[in-house]
Amino acid sequence: MNKVLSNKKVIALYITPALFLVLTLIYVPIIQTGYYGLMKWNGIGEMDFIGLKNYKVLMKDALFWKSALHSFSLALFSALSLIGYLFISIILASKIKGADLLRKIYLIPMLLASVAIAQLWMKIYHPSNGMLNTVLVAIGIEDPPAWLADANLALYAIIIPIIWQYAGFYILIYYAALKNIPESLVEAARIDGASPLQIALKIKLPLIMNVIKVTIVLAVVGSLKYFDLIYVMTGGGPNGASEVMASYMYQKAFKGFDFGYASAIGFFLLVICLVVTYIIRRYTAANKDIY
Amino acid sequence: MLKKAHSLILIAVLILAAALAGCSGNTDTASGENGSKKTIKFMHLWPAGSSKQQNQIVTDIIEQYEAEHEDVKIEVEVLENEQYKNKIKVLSSSNELPDVGFTWAAGYMTPFVKGNLFAELDDVLNDGLKESFVSGTTEAYALDGKTYGLPLELNIAPIYYNKEIFEKYDLDVPHTYSEFENAVKTLTDNGVAPIALGNKDRWTGSLWYMYLADRIGGAEVLNKAIDRSGSFEDPALVSAAEEVQNLVKENAFNKGYNGLSNDEGKAEFLNGNAAMYLMGTWELPNFTTNEEIPQDFRENVGFFKFPTVDGGKGNIDSWVGGPGVGLFVAENSKVKDESKEFVKFFVEKWGEQSVEKAGVIPATKVDTGKVDLPELYIDVLNELNKASSLTLFADVQMSASVAETHLNLIQSLFGNEVKPADYAKQHEEALKAEEGN
Repeated sequence: MNKVLSNKKVIALYITPALFLVLTLIYVPIIQTGYYGLMKWNGIGEMDFIGLKNYKVLMKDALFWKSALHSFSLALFSALSLIGYLFISIILASKIKGADLLRKIYLIPMLLASVAIAQLWMKIYHPSNGMLNTVLVAIGIEDPPAWLADANLALYAIIIPIIWQYAGFYILIYYAALKNIPESLVEAARIDGASPLQIALKIKLPLIMNVIKVTIVLAVVGSLKYFDLIYVMTGGGPNGASEVMASYMYQKAFKGFDFGYASAIGFFLLVICLVVTYIIRRYTAANKDIY
Repeated sequence: MLKKAHSLILIAVLILAAALAGCSGNTDTASGENGSKKTIKFMHLWPAGSSKQQNQIVTDIIEQYEAEHEDVKIEVEVLENEQYKNKIKVLSSSNELPDVGFTWAAGYMTPFVKGNLFAELDDVLNDGLKESFVSGTTEAYALDGKTYGLPLELNIAPIYYNKEIFEKYDLDVPHTYSEFENAVKTLTDNGVAPIALGNKDRWTGSLWYMYLADRIGGAEVLNKAIDRSGSFEDPALVSAAEEVQNLVKENAFNKGYNGLSNDEGKAEFLNGNAAMYLMGTWELPNFTTNEEIPQDFRENVGFFKFPTVDGGKGNIDSWVGGPGVGLFVAENSKVKDESKEFVKFFVEKWGEQSVEKAGVIPATKVDTGKVDLPELYIDVLNELNKASSLTLFADVQMSASVAETHLNLIQSLFGNEVKPADYAKQHEEALKAEEGN
């Protein structure tokens, strides 16, 4: 195999198709988006070149910053929820009864389509005959909130199903990583008299640190560009209370007919994601990383 | 082993190349001449699931047309409302509109017309079609004196009410706003939600605001603010906003309306939880002929006109409404003449059949003597004939970006997050900014 991989022709042959696809399907649209961001364009008629005006407006757009703030809180909550997932996976990966069944239970939300999840949770949150409020009334709360209609609660009401949705995904990743730890290491620690907690913190965690770093990047960047549940459940409303950057971009493009501005938002979102990824890598670069 | 790997890769590359070639191949054959037959691509937004009657009529009309014009084939694509709007925008940015499709009037249509995507339809209108339209309907589809769309529906928005609930609490149909407020109070006191509303869709709340503006300030005040001959900070428009918040304060709307879609809001009315529902006449089939809704309920639905406000300038016969969707023909269609002919045929047939089969009000004149129609339908139609003025839905009148501002402000007005004065001020700012462009 090494002989094959040292042949330059072979390398070129292997890489070219994928490289071609990545360049045309990913990088060309990115450049185009940046270009459209310099235009005043309603998506239909002529494009007018207006330079950086869209970006200047964007910097002063209170609604955009509000939606950016929402995106960042979603990212924060997603990152924090990783701790919970990790905890669950450590328990699941040690030999407990029913671990197999539990793993499947956690995984099921991942198998559902986002739209189905959104519909499900909209039924749960329904203000008068939803499951949640029916329970709240039953235990004596007379006037439970209308979750998705309440400007103070809508965002959090959506964050919960998002976290629920991805639980299976991260638990699966952690579970696989933990299963990869050689049994002999754990065994040796146990013989040396380490408690289960010590084993988890001092042996298991450091060994899957690289995986944890990957999941942090995935969770944070995924949250920053999150769109689907929000679009279906509230459409960003009421009055922008649950708007995130991606849904705001959608609003501007498809509802407000302002494709130029929406492209500027899209490009800016890309920049934010790159910066955040860089920061996370920078501050978790204690070990050599694997990605 | 090595050889095998090489040949596998080679095959993979070949397959990939073939697939890519397939992608970039001829896409032009879909429209235009196809052998001896000409194909007209047609997109509409009445799926069989949610608009059964309308869908059936469209299918019938197409069959009839194809039977009469053997050289023409009509290729149909059906999408649900929101998806339709999105797809049309994507298609228009790449200049690939279907030959015939649906559009909305005024502000919605303007960018398409300015981008030279819609064909002028005045020649079709002058071909004997003009007289059959109700006056004022085609005008909403005209820009700079040229018509770019032929309306299919004519809608007004009455307040439907549940007769059973009204009887139970001994309520009469309100004619003045104070009577209306009394009814609201009686209903809330008895634990019934007075009004069904799904304001996640936002234009639903806009209807309430528009009516209050009309009844307080007269038929022109909102139109003038939008066309810039007046101001949105007109006292009448501000007090209409105050009135909306009074209704909210009195718990006039069902719980959680700001997070419910129009369909979910409507469900509150349909299952008898709420007593009133303000909506366009496109809902009529649900209260007359739709078999899926229990007959008991359908017989229980009546309607009344939005009550007059004491001291207000508005007339009780003035309506919020206007033409609904209309047909356009794409400017760059390869089968423009055939498409225009099809559109003409469609409008004529639609006028005849929509009344009888779907119970919707077409934009063409209706001869009610000929067909047997539900009472509710005839009553609404009579009201429409008496209408003193018709105010086109605000979000359709406005340009897309101002409409967005308006709809968001409506939601925060209903959510008590904006003061009436600020509400008016932000509208004024958005309208001014648009004017400057």
